[in-house]
Amino acid sequence: MSTSFELIDEGALKALDATLEGERVFIPAAALERATGWSLKPEGLCRDAACVPVRDRAALVGAGGVNLAGFAAALGRPLALDVAEGVAALGTAAPDRGTALASLEAPDFSLPDLSGLRHSLSEHRGKKALLIAYASW
Amino acid sequence: MVITVALDRSAEDARPWIEAARPTHPSLIDPSHVLAELYHVVNVPTVVWIDETGRIVRPNDNQFATDTFTAFHGKASAPYLDLIRAWVNEGKGALSADEVRRHQLLPSPEAQLARAERALAWRLHQRGRAEAAKRHFERAGELAPQDWTIRRGSMPIIGQNPFGPEFFELAKQGAPPAPMDEVTPTRIAPRAV
Repeated sequence: MSTSFELIDEGALKALDATLEGERVFIPAAALERATGWSLKPEGLCRDAACVPVRDRAALVGAGGVNLAGFAAALGRPLALDVAEGVAALGTAAPDRGTALASLEAPDFSLPDLSGLRHSLSEHRGKKALLIAYASW
Repeated sequence: MVITVALDRSAEDARPWIEAARPTHPSLIDPSHVLAELYHVVNVPTVVWIDETGRIVRPNDNQFATDTFTAFHGKASAPYLDLIRAWVNEGKGALSADEVRRHQLLPSPEAQLARAERALAWRLHQRGRAEAAKRHFERAGELAPQDWTIRRGSMPIIGQNPFGPEFFELAKQGAPPAPMDEVTPTRIAPRAV
């Protein structure tokens, strides 16, 4: 039986239907593709032109679709999962984050100010930028 | 130009500070830790210098604009403010690409799993699932014991005082790694614990 489930994919929240089997979460392949851009093909998991081979397809795919933990493992991405709460967060693989940082290109972001107006770093290209993370704690 | 990002749980937590400072620069709010993830920020305040072409020329540096807490962290603000002025006015202080890479802190797989746990915890908190959220904030802290944006930043959310005994217990375990400390000459005293 399918149930509603929330997947946070690199910060973006997606609502989808999933099938739970104990601690395992299965997501229909079409829904997973809509949520993450990754689709299951004969050559493996693919997004755009890139494919990642899948060694154990039987472990990745069940009657309810793609096993979320197997999906994360195949892509080498961290997964935090709470089956009882119906939420999972799929993060960025450490080597991917490391490569992005070592490229020295400042990652762009868009965040709101107090009035809710969003600002992005890239709007200020052409000026030196002093980026300061702080907190009240 | 300056861009500030508050790694606070809400705009309301950051509002008094922003309204008191009356900044003319973008002063942004980041409760879901978008910036912490993208730049691997493990402590605050953290400063990054980005040049006109969008390249990082001085990576994550835990530095201070005032001396309010110098007795605790041992760093003086004046030499750092001088460094910033020299960069802005004379273009000095930018590091070479090799120097930047040598002093960048890159995340481990555990650190990235901690960020995923923190993202899950934050969602559960938003949904009002306090107990479940607390479990995942704590799990994130276990995975990244030296990341204060996770451990100290979670304290106000899970009902602990970030300036109280839980924080001093955390501080005893050592400050988060700060590779730029060997480059930026602001330390005037050892850290107190």
